[in-house]
Amino acid sequence: MSSTNRTVVVTGIGATTPLGGDSASTWEGLLAGRSGVRPLEDERFAGLPVRIAAVAAVDPGDVLPRPLARRLDRSAQFALIAAREAWADAGYTAKAGEDTAVDPDRLGTVIASGIGGVTTLLDQYDVLKERGERRVSPHTVPMLMPNSPSANVSLEVGARAGVHTPVSACASGAEAIGYAVEMIRTGRADVVVAGGTEAAIHPLPVAAFANMMAMSKNNDEPTKASRPYDTARDGFVLGEGAGVIVLESAEHATARGARIYCEVLGQGLSSDAHHIAQPEPTGRGIAKAMENLLDNTDLKPAEIAHLNAHATSTPQGDVAEVKALRRVLGDDLDHVAVSATKSMTGHLLGGAGGIETVATVLALYHRMAPPTINVDDLDEDVDADIVRDTSRELPAGTIAAINNSFGFGGHNVVLALRTV
Amino acid sequence: MAATLEEIVDGLAEIVNEIAGIPVEDVQLDKSFTDDLDVDSLSMVEVVVAAEERFDVKIPDDDVKNLKTVGDAADYIAKHQAA
Repeated sequence: MSSTNRTVVVTGIGATTPLGGDSASTWEGLLAGRSGVRPLEDERFAGLPVRIAAVAAVDPGDVLPRPLARRLDRSAQFALIAAREAWADAGYTAKAGEDTAVDPDRLGTVIASGIGGVTTLLDQYDVLKERGERRVSPHTVPMLMPNSPSANVSLEVGARAGVHTPVSACASGAEAIGYAVEMIRTGRADVVVAGGTEAAIHPLPVAAFANMMAMSKNNDEPTKASRPYDTARDGFVLGEGAGVIVLESAEHATARGARIYCEVLGQGLSSDAHHIAQPEPTGRGIAKAMENLLDNTDLKPAEIAHLNAHATSTPQGDVAEVKALRRVLGDDLDHVAVSATKSMTGHLLGGAGGIETVATVLALYHRMAPPTINVDDLDEDVDADIVRDTSRELPAGTIAAINNSFGFGGHNVVLALRTV
Repeated sequence: MAATLEEIVDGLAEIVNEIAGIPVEDVQLDKSFTDDLDVDSLSMVEVVVAAEERFDVKIPDDDVKNLKTVGDAADYIAKHQAA
C-alpha cells in the first residue's frame, strides 16, 4: 500500500524537559513564562566559567525502573519517557507488537540527538582509568551510539519499517521529524515516532561550549541568562530533555478514529557552507530553507500566524534568523507571533527540534503562543513581532506555524505545521 | 575465608537483582540466567564481573558460556574461590 504525497498529521505528543516531566507540565511552564535554568551545584562544575544549565525537571532515573535505566544513556532515557507518553497519547498501547491498530512493518522511529551518549562515554572512560578495563560496562557501546535512543524506542513500540537517526547538531531533532514526514509521505511507513533528545550537561561539553564563547556566563542570575532578542544576550544556556511526537498518515489516523492535533506540511532544508560553527550573518541559508519550504508545500505566507524561532540567545544568530524571515516573507512576517521558547527551556541541542515541535503543535492546538521571557530591552535589529512576557492568543480559522532549527555545520531545517 | 554455597547463592541473587531487577527470592539454583532471570549476554558479563569482585574469583570468558544456571555459577565459584 505505497503511495506518495500523503497528508501527514500529528496524533501524539510527549516531552520531558527542564520545565516538566511530561508535555502537559512543560506546556504549563511555557505559558507561564517560567525559566528552567538553574545553578549547577555539583562540585564537578566548580571553577568552570559556566555554572548554569536547564536541567531536566524530573530525573529520568526516578521514572524508569533501575535495571532498564542502568543500560540506557541519559539521552535514551529521556527519549524513552517522551516516546512512551506520545505513544499512549496517540491512543496506542505501550508494548511492542501487542497493538493491533498498527502494523509493525509500517511503523518506524526517527529520534535524533546532537551529541549522542556523551556522558556514558566520559563516565566509562573514568571507570577505565580508575577501576580498570574489566569494570567497563558491556553496555557502553549500545549506550553511547547516537542511534541508541531511536533503536530503544523501536524496541519499545515494535517498529520494523526502519529506525533512523539524522545527525545535524542542533538541527537534529527537527531533521528527524522532517525525515519521518518523508517516510510517511513516500509510503515507507504509516506511523512514525519521531523527535529529538539530548543529555550533555557534563563538565566536558560545558567547558568546550564555553571555550567557543557560545554560552551565557550569567552565573549570578540563572533565570535571566537565556534572553533571545534582548540587547544583553551573551550566549545560549545548555538544556537537556526530549520531545517526541507520533506522526501518522491522515488516512491511517482517520481510519482508527485518532485525535488529530494538526497537520505537518513538510520541511525546507538548506546548508550554509560558510563556517563550521558560526551562523552565516545575512541569514542567506535560512532564507533558502524557508523558500524551499514554500516551494515544497502548499503553505501560504498569509496563513502563518506563529513562529517557534531557533533563537538561542546568541548575539549573531538571533538577528540573522529574523532578517532571513523578513527577506522571504516580507510584510507577511508582521502577522507572525514569534516565540523563542529557549528563553525558558535553554537550548537542548539535538533535543531542541523535538521539544519545540511539541510546543508548536500545542500552540496551534490551543491557539496560544508562549512568551519569550527576559526581553527587557529589545534589540532594534529584531524587526519582528516578538511575543514578550506573557502568552498571546492566536487567531481563529486555519492558521499555520513554522518551527526553525539550525545547527553547527551550517544545517538549516524549517518545519511547517497547520491546524486541521 | 571462603563463602559457603548458600552465601554464594545469596550474593548472586543480590547481583542479579541489582542488574536485572529480579526479586532475590526468585534467584534459585535451577534458574537459567537467560531464560528465567532476564539476564542477556551483555548483562551476564556484568553479573560475572560483579561476582568476581564479590567472591574473589577469576571466571575466564571461556568458562562463562558453561554457566547456564545459578547453580552452575555457584558451584564454579565455590570450587574456584580463593581459600
